[in-house]
Amino acid sequence: MIQLTDNPIDAPALLQSAQQPEAGAVVLFLGITRQFTKGRETASLSYEAYREMAVKELERLEQQARERWLLVDCSIVHRLGEVPLAEASVAIAVSSPHRADAFEAGRWLIDALKESVPIWKQEHWADGGADWVHPNGRDATHE
Amino acid sequence: MKLTVKLFAAARELAGCGEIGIELPTGATVGELRAGLVVAAPSLAALAQSSMVAVNEEYAIDATLLRESDVAALIPPVSGG
Repeated sequence: MIQLTDNPIDAPALLQSAQQPEAGAVVLFLGITRQFTKGRETASLSYEAYREMAVKELERLEQQARERWLLVDCSIVHRLGEVPLAEASVAIAVSSPHRADAFEAGRWLIDALKESVPIWKQEHWADGGADWVHPNGRDATHE
Repeated sequence: MKLTVKLFAAARELAGCGEIGIELPTGATVGELRAGLVVAAPSLAALAQSSMVAVNEEYAIDATLLRESDVAALIPPVSGG
């Protein structure tokens, strides 16, 4: 399941849809807004997407993950607009009969998402100003 | 032929608009579109070099041929997640 949303991500609902009888393992990844990056304080992050293309790219990633690993459920949700501190900008929930597939697919999906999906993050600093994040520079969520 | 190029994030802010129309010869390539975009919006010069171009919601290479009805977009380095 692929979704772009302007609202807070409902992680418990993703876990529920991942918990199917065919699965023996569920892995949930949340990328959340971190307060400090290299000593500078972030007030919030905001995200912008090329929505039509981002959905297509995310669908392609789900398809590739399903070809590579045996997955029962695979959900990728990205929030757009402002994401306050400690709230999730992205959630990936995967389930599989055995845990190795779920761990590997979840890790691969977040890495691939950050490489290719047309979504952009802007830092809003606590001391004022805002910067579009350069992918190889500062990143105020998970590394 | 006239094509519209969608702009996002830093590109949208630098150009001051969400899309820009450019005139290209029939049979032009993505590389020519990239050059035409910089002529139309010089503020995009640096970013246009480090950005990808998407045609009809798929990443394209500079050799890709364009048609009049294509939907093009400049895709600055992505930073989702």
